[in-house]
Amino acid sequence: MAEASASALRVEHISKNYGAVTALRDVSLGVKYGEALGLIGDNGAGKSTLIKIMTGYTAPTSGAIYVNEEQKHLHSVNYARSLGIETVYQDLAMISELSVFHNMFLKRELLIPRTPFLDNHRMKREAQEFLLTLGVKLPSVDVEVSKLSGGQRQAVAIARALFMNAKILLLDEPLAAMGAREGAAILELINNLKKKNVAIIMIGHNYAQVLEVCDRINLLQRGVITYDKIVSSNSMDELNDIIIREYRIDQKQAESSAAADGANIVH
Amino acid sequence: MSQSNTSQSQITSLRRQLTQNPVSQFFLKQREASIAIIGILLILYFETQTSVFLSRYNIINLFQFTAETAIIAAGEVMLLILGEIDLSVGNVYALAPFIMYFTVQDHFPIIVGILAGLLVSAFIGFLNGVVTVVLGIPSFITTLGSLYIINGLTLTISNGFPELTPGTGQIVNIMGGGSYSEMIWAVIVVFVLQFVLSRTRWGMYTFATGGNIIGAKEVGINTSLIKIGNFVIVAFLGGLSGILASFRISSIDPLAGGSTIMFSAIAGAVIGGTALNGGVGTVIGSLIGVIVLSIIKDGFTLLGISAFTFDLILGISILVAMLLNVRLQMLRKAGN
Repeated sequence: MAEASASALRVEHISKNYGAVTALRDVSLGVKYGEALGLIGDNGAGKSTLIKIMTGYTAPTSGAIYVNEEQKHLHSVNYARSLGIETVYQDLAMISELSVFHNMFLKRELLIPRTPFLDNHRMKREAQEFLLTLGVKLPSVDVEVSKLSGGQRQAVAIARALFMNAKILLLDEPLAAMGAREGAAILELINNLKKKNVAIIMIGHNYAQVLEVCDRINLLQRGVITYDKIVSSNSMDELNDIIIREYRIDQKQAESSAAADGANIVH
Repeated sequence: MSQSNTSQSQITSLRRQLTQNPVSQFFLKQREASIAIIGILLILYFETQTSVFLSRYNIINLFQFTAETAIIAAGEVMLLILGEIDLSVGNVYALAPFIMYFTVQDHFPIIVGILAGLLVSAFIGFLNGVVTVVLGIPSFITTLGSLYIINGLTLTISNGFPELTPGTGQIVNIMGGGSYSEMIWAVIVVFVLQFVLSRTRWGMYTFATGGNIIGAKEVGINTSLIKIGNFVIVAFLGGLSGILASFRISSIDPLAGGSTIMFSAIAGAVIGGTALNGGVGTVIGSLIGVIVLSIIKDGFTLLGISAFTFDLILGISILVAMLLNVRLQMLRKAGN
């Protein structure tokens, strides 16, 4: 059993190059059980590369990954999953045409003993009970996933990952394109998961929402972590400062290159 | 502007009324119920117009009309759910009895001939599936190719001539010779496949593969196996249907079935609520769809509608039935 202070998932000095392009440079981060780490950054900052590395989809160019403080080579998604690491994408893995409980039991169906037939009653009941323990409210587990709202779908996707014994959850933009009330329900679910000792890495670019549930924030900029702090009352201001500073640098660069172009045209 | 807003809200409230009414709720939930009602109305219409529609002879005729197509449609539903299609199944229908015939010519018992016909049919389905899945060719193209290959094969081995169906005795009656035997086969096939679809892993994985193949692969479903397996099922049923037909009419025709029966089967499946783009469908629905098509055909024949206008009216009827179905599906979506 790992100590309470030990990491569930930790990456150290991770770099990733695609040919001449460097996507990640010496990135180190970690998350403990019962903790939520917010990973924020703009598009192209390297967030998705980092997720792919942590779920075994791609290998890093250099660096080490530790699961429960043991170094592991995450050579495949299935292997990472067997270690309890699961990524929840917003829509990708759900089958819209199947019911909620069939989605939750997909590939681990319960059969009526000694027959090849699905035990729908038992699956329904167990799915319902499991969702209740997480505080996920649905009209029925019998409805097709296509008939759920975005928030309900996200909640089911997260519940399914846990149901498949995930202990370390990577949530990819769990609140994207969601209304305020739905978003609040998901944030509540994430808080519930922390109480159940799940380790969570939440990826997003709306940092107001990330700050609301996460214990720690890492900001990824151009492949480097530039900010790593425990969430406090002034996190918001600090992050704002960093983002605005970067925006100014970007603009200055754009202006100077535009000026150079202009000069070229004159001559 | 404001007028269009009112009509818009009127439509919305009408839609809500429609979808919340318990009677329409039932029809929206039971995809098959709406088409079954259309079938019953058609029966009533033809019975009042001809008064022989519900006679024993016509019912038997109708059963035989329906059964062969329904058996193929049941298999085709499995593929349509996957977003795939088998255009060659009508030609397997023609080939299978010839395989049976030549096996019996080689002094094997009739039962071995039947099994050989079914085995060859299943093997053709396997090849269709492998070419589609492994080589990544759309099944529309794969099976369009095999449609011609199988047809050519049948014409070559038969020299283009029909043959008398071999076999005597009880087996003939069981395998399609008896008045009701084909319909009994069809009902068995439909119920078994519907059960497979809604109560077994195979059915669940078929829906999953058709609904979201990436998601299905993600959780570890062998989607290639599911696809190839369902190609085998539809071709096997095509062969079974062809063999039953050969015992019913006591002769084996190299030009039997073909694209006519294949298209009827697909039309029946779609009328019965199966979506051509995958993910949705029921086998029971396809049976009802095929029955409705047969009722229309049979009714028109009894009414003495000219053979020339027959296809014209049939085509329009199919379009109307499908339009109704699409409208109902939209209502279903709006209701939730």
